[in-house]
Amino acid sequence: MTKEECKQVVIDIINDIAPDEDTSDLKPDVRLRDQLDLDSMDFLDIVMELRKQHGIEVPEADYQKLASLDSCAEYLTPKFNEKNAV
Amino acid sequence: MARRPREDHYDFLIIGAGMAGMAAAIRLGHFGKKVLLLERHAIIGGLNSFYKQDGRKYDVGLHAVTNYVPAGTKRAPLTKLLRQLRISHADLDLSPQKVSRVAFPGHDLRFSNDFILLESEVSRVFPKEIDRFRNLTEKVKSFDELDLQGPKLSARKILSEELQDPLLIDMLLCPLMYYGSAKEGDMDFYQFVIMFKALFLEGFARPFEGVRHITQLLLRRLRELSVERIMNCGVQSLRAGEGEIKEVLLDNGRVIRADCILSTIGSVETAALVENEAPFVRQAEEKTPRLSFVETISVFDKQPVDWGWDETIVFFSDQEKFAYEQPDDYVDPRSGVICVPNNYQYPDEKTLAEGFLRITCLANYDRWVGLPEETYRAEKARWFEEMVRSARRFLPPVEDAEIEKHQVGTDMFTPRTITKYTGHLGGAVYGAPEKIRDGRTPYRNLVLAGTDQGFLGITGSMLSGISMANLHGLQSG
Ligand SMILES: Cc1cc2nc3c(=O)[nH]c(=O)nc-3n(C[C@H](O)[C@H](O)[C@H](O)COP(=O)(O)OP(=O)(O)OC[C@H]3O[C@@H](n4cnc5c(N)ncnc54)[C@H](O)[C@@H]3O)c2cc1C
Repeated sequence: MTKEECKQVVIDIINDIAPDEDTSDLKPDVRLRDQLDLDSMDFLDIVMELRKQHGIEVPEADYQKLASLDSCAEYLTPKFNEKNAV
Repeated sequence: MARRPREDHYDFLIIGAGMAGMAAAIRLGHFGKKVLLLERHAIIGGLNSFYKQDGRKYDVGLHAVTNYVPAGTKRAPLTKLLRQLRISHADLDLSPQKVSRVAFPGHDLRFSNDFILLESEVSRVFPKEIDRFRNLTEKVKSFDELDLQGPKLSARKILSEELQDPLLIDMLLCPLMYYGSAKEGDMDFYQFVIMFKALFLEGFARPFEGVRHITQLLLRRLRELSVERIMNCGVQSLRAGEGEIKEVLLDNGRVIRADCILSTIGSVETAALVENEAPFVRQAEEKTPRLSFVETISVFDKQPVDWGWDETIVFFSDQEKFAYEQPDDYVDPRSGVICVPNNYQYPDEKTLAEGFLRITCLANYDRWVGLPEETYRAEKARWFEEMVRSARRFLPPVEDAEIEKHQVGTDMFTPRTITKYTGHLGGAVYGAPEKIRDGRTPYRNLVLAGTDQGFLGITGSMLSGISMANLHGLQSG
């Protein structure tokens, strides 16, 4: 998986959990929280969907790594690739 | 002998299928947890339910869904709640109110879902106070009422610093207390802010079908998530040991265990379930009495608007000093809430088939609870008359004969009814006077949600269920 694909996975999840948010031109380097109406409860849902849909575990200590699309890609892409390699 | 098969172990056990319990169960269901939702009553909804009498369905807990905002409104509690439960705004089928009013002797403040109306009413009735009222509004807007750890503050104290006219203070407190204060006389400032936002800055709405629409929606979500639910079966007792709840005994004799138990039945009510250790809270320790209410419902074969009764909710007090306290007598008819569920802006000019007038007043639980059946009925009849007479002083006048001619049904419920159907001690609608905002109990795996966690009302109790499920169920484990 490429970093771009990984960002798309995150965007798809946001569209699922917050259908009324406009995700069409999110800036990858800006915190998601500053661009969208997401609170900590919503981040919990993103983590849950990563687990449910993709089998990816994000421990609580790493939640801050999901701050922006860029940091999501940085953190999650290796996890996706590790999983796919198995 | 007690053998414990694996199916008697759950990740989460939720006590009570009211709004808080159902919302929590949905949340945990999303996360794939193994959840058991237990309800002692035959129907879901708890304080927010309905019943049938003489072939007619009556709503119990819904005058208005508070916190109403249009679809897509950012950072609003309703938006958050819907998102967390994955329910769309359209599914709730909410129609906004027409207009409501706070009615005191010689003074009226009207308000609607547009805050401008209240502001202009304050400047009309209390011209000297308008700037101070605007400052108060700003203070409310910027206050973080969701901070679970903040200090306790008195709303009356803060209001008397912010405003000067005691009448305005009482006129603001009256609706906010009626719709969300478990305490006599004063409110916690946090609760004041929550309710000010819920009623004045956001607003009122109602589904055309009433309460049932909301409870059915929650039930559908529970089914979609295959949450296990047992009705007609409550929790009999909890067995404690080593700082946790080891076993849960159900009314049907079954024994189960759970990693986390979320109780929505009240703090004292929950403490009383612990069979082998002293209760961690007692009603006797409460410093002020629990508040209970009576409600009358009159049904007409006529739309109330045809009598000029065109408002949605009217909060009234015939005293300038509004008394929000447990009355000595059965009922305190001096103040109350009038609700006309016909007066919402239903789509396509739809109207409810019958006209409804609902009146709520403060009541004294102890007076009602011990009465022999005969006297109970007689007192109900007496207070029904009193309450309707008192409330009608604040509505456009209609001849008694005209009302009688069109009245096709009546009902009334009392503090006794509330305790009978929901188990809340003292007929309490808003639970114990003191709240436990973080939901913690002395037991590691026992958490409170709903009424005694502190978020009240329909929207509040659902938010409580959600936030306690998130905090104790999902973030920490
Ligand atoms: C007349 C009236 C009018 C109201 N009007 C409004 C309004 O207009 N707007 C608004 O927002 N709110 C209103 N409310 C308040 C609102 O209904 C409540 O705040 C809300 O429903 C509380 O939900 P809850 O889940 O916290 O508690 P509850 O609804 O009390 O849920 C607790 C549940 O636990 C069950 N239970 C108890 N003991 C046990 C046991 N041992 N085992 C298993 N189950 C048990 C009970 O049967 C109940 O179903 C009104 C309430 C009343 C009574």
